[in-house]
Amino acid sequence: MLSSQIKSNEIVFGSCNKDLLEEIIFYGIGLGADFVEIFIENTDNSSVLAEEDFITSVSPSFGKGAGIRIFKGKKDGFVSTNDLTKHGLMRSVSQAIEMLDITDNKRELFNGLNKHRDYSLTKKKWINEVPSIHEISEKLLVSTKSLKKNNKIITRKGSYSRNLQEVIIASSDGTYVSDIRLHQTVGLNVIASDAQYRSSGSRRFGSSGMPNEFRLWDHEKAANDVFESSMNMLYADYVDAGQMPVVLANKFGGVIFHEACGHLLETTQIERGTTPFENKLNEKIAHESVTAIDEGISEGSFGSLSVDDEGMEPEKSVLIKDGILKKFISDRAGELRTGHKRTGSGRRQNYSFAAASRMRNTYIAKGEHSKEDLINSISEGLYCKSMGGGSVGATGQFNFAVEEGYLIKNGKLTSPVKGATLIGEAKEVMPKISMCGNDLELAPGFCGSISGSVNVTVGQPHIKVDSITVGGR
Amino acid sequence: MNSREITIQISKAADFLNLKKWDYGASFSNDYSVQVDKGEAKQLKASQKQILTIRVWNQSNLVGITTTSDISESGIKKALEQANIASDFGNKNESTEFSPLAKDPIKVKEVKKRNPVGIKKLLTVLREAEVKLLESHESIKSVPYNGLSESFFERVYANSEGAFRSYSKSQAALYLYARAEEKNKKPRSSGSVKLGYGADDIDIESCIKEASNKTISHLNYSSIKTDKYLICFSPESFLTIINAFSSMFNARSIIDGVSLSNKNSIGEKLSTEALNIYDDGLHEKNISSTPFDGEGTPTKRLCLINRGRIENFIHSESTARIFKTTPTGHAGLGSKVSVSPDWIVVEKSDENFDLKTSLDHSTFDGEFVYIEELNAIHAGVRASQGSFSLPFDGWLYKNGKKISIESATVAGDIKYLLKNIVNIESSQEVTTSGISPHIWVDELSITGDA
Repeated sequence: MLSSQIKSNEIVFGSCNKDLLEEIIFYGIGLGADFVEIFIENTDNSSVLAEEDFITSVSPSFGKGAGIRIFKGKKDGFVSTNDLTKHGLMRSVSQAIEMLDITDNKRELFNGLNKHRDYSLTKKKWINEVPSIHEISEKLLVSTKSLKKNNKIITRKGSYSRNLQEVIIASSDGTYVSDIRLHQTVGLNVIASDAQYRSSGSRRFGSSGMPNEFRLWDHEKAANDVFESSMNMLYADYVDAGQMPVVLANKFGGVIFHEACGHLLETTQIERGTTPFENKLNEKIAHESVTAIDEGISEGSFGSLSVDDEGMEPEKSVLIKDGILKKFISDRAGELRTGHKRTGSGRRQNYSFAAASRMRNTYIAKGEHSKEDLINSISEGLYCKSMGGGSVGATGQFNFAVEEGYLIKNGKLTSPVKGATLIGEAKEVMPKISMCGNDLELAPGFCGSISGSVNVTVGQPHIKVDSITVGGR
Repeated sequence: MNSREITIQISKAADFLNLKKWDYGASFSNDYSVQVDKGEAKQLKASQKQILTIRVWNQSNLVGITTTSDISESGIKKALEQANIASDFGNKNESTEFSPLAKDPIKVKEVKKRNPVGIKKLLTVLREAEVKLLESHESIKSVPYNGLSESFFERVYANSEGAFRSYSKSQAALYLYARAEEKNKKPRSSGSVKLGYGADDIDIESCIKEASNKTISHLNYSSIKTDKYLICFSPESFLTIINAFSSMFNARSIIDGVSLSNKNSIGEKLSTEALNIYDDGLHEKNISSTPFDGEGTPTKRLCLINRGRIENFIHSESTARIFKTTPTGHAGLGSKVSVSPDWIVVEKSDENFDLKTSLDHSTFDGEFVYIEELNAIHAGVRASQGSFSLPFDGWLYKNGKKISIESATVAGDIKYLLKNIVNIESSQEVTTSGISPHIWVDELSITGDA
């Protein structure tokens, strides 16, 4: 066996580390751990920033580290380190054992690691296939030049980042997995100004596992979109606050479902007792027009993965089917503490975080209506074409900034408005999503939560919410 | 390797690679944290981290940078090589140099060295705190967000001209966010955060009391009618707003065109003459203070607003050179050096004759909205446009009664807000992000559900 031929006192990427990993796991089990998990990563990242007509920042970075998690009963101890030697890893195991104050003599069985599942075999060439800094710089500069469409555009920015993460995951249930993940993202931003008027526009695009994607990115179309958005909003009035029906656009409009409802379907929220949906499985929590999905398998999507950070292949989880709650998003700790089966959703930003139940590609499924059907059904309301960021409070209240909004009057889009914020609670808003369009599209984003910032996709078709609080002036 | 050895290692590797000009910033930390759930340990965490950021100047004096967690001999060499490659793409329009103040003396606060108390003690303390908080009121059913942590770290800056700065310190933090539930009412939540140099320094009892009182005070709630209101900002919420719009004082943001100010804004009147604002990273109450910035420039107290007028901008080395002034100690090391404030101090100036001093949050019996805490800053602030629309926790004071406000936002424009300050209370309060008194602002829009 290869593993017995190569003996090493340090984790070496690209080699078989089975003997060393087994030794570390045996060590933890021998000290009384119920479960031992080792997550090791090696990263190679770079980012480029173009401002106006110049490259103003090129930032490469690289690093490696390990996160070791020990379970005893439902408690877990997590230690992270940059020391990937046998001594360093064993010291981390000892530290985790000591933190958990494990003293009993009960020993779990560890039968060694299973056959290596290597998801990285076809991905090792990626590092040579991604665009060079020179290529990235040239395209970003062309992109920022494309944004210079009139003299009202006072700031133009283009940014690119590439994260290449090589991981090894091994645990005492026999899991032994390697993978390489590639994420690329590119964004354009402008600020427009005319006398006292100011507006901004931005768009971000992203992919996973597609080394050629940046080359295929249609920068001209993106630049036109950002420019138009900023011009439309430049002279917009502030929206009047109040309760009204809204139509949320597809793509990044899905951020509201992600933030307001998706997070409440993560088992970490059940563990904390902070989700109103804890005891609602198989009950109606949304309008019957709503079916919502979380999955990690759409090819190239920003939240897709071959295997999660606990070594499980991601599944397609139908969270809500025709308004009925069907499933929670679960990781190993979630399964242990709440009983909900793992869904391949154990995710973390990097080795310094323990994995937690996190969303991947999360979207509301398409319905049967056209966008026009939704708008025509409203006599007075708001069309949210582009959403900014948002957040959800500890009691489930959410709020989201509307980056680009238009008033709806008598079934037609009219004047642009700015300063709108959507405010509500998932439990109250979900039953008010009464119409779903037939134009489902996804958009990339970053989600920050208990296990750090992870790449996700949000999405939806155009949807109509019958009534929601719109904050304004 | 310790920081001196790393500096020597970088110097040797740079010589080997024929790199004459370089600098680096590094941080090394050991962190320990615990979380509990109804008396049980939930997650116990320890981490050892090292981050090294190296800049290299090439023969055309263009700068390249690399960041790594690999501080082995080979890691350092690779970082220098990558930085050298990146320097080919260095910014030709805006050069970066060493800070002229990188060798100036620094003021280091005298703080007694703390030793780690250890995970077991952290766990015991947090368990006890959770129990006390749960017992403080029958409606408090859980403490879903809680944590006690201690961190020991060293920051280093050095360059090829012999500058070397190193600073070690410790910090501990306790946060308790309680959730209260009553029959036929929505759950309510609030909390408290306390910092200390070590876990033993944290005022745990006051954190429990504050978390309990704040949570309970929101039990009786009501929607608010959408309208314009007289607002009293708590010290914490006013500091949140000032920090969110600190690009007004930020030379980097001005150069980048994302600030409401411009190069000629020094002297511009922003507010009542009664308002003074300082950035004071070395303030004795600032537990997070560091004596130098990412470029090695000493941290110092700087007046940002003097009697309502912009007095100074905050700078890095390159922005200071462009503005023909000196760096102010606000730089963050990066390929593009960032600039950010340290610790904001808001004061009432001696030109305070136009203030309505009858507006005192503890005695005023008219109608007003008290904003305790602003949320979702990243989503609701448009710093480059000056506008904000933010959800908040707070109360409506009306007819001598105080009732918690459910699900509302406050919206406005920062320049309008500053111009409409009608009172600055005398007493300042220390928060985790700075010091401020209560600030009263007239006529801001509140959107509510009523």
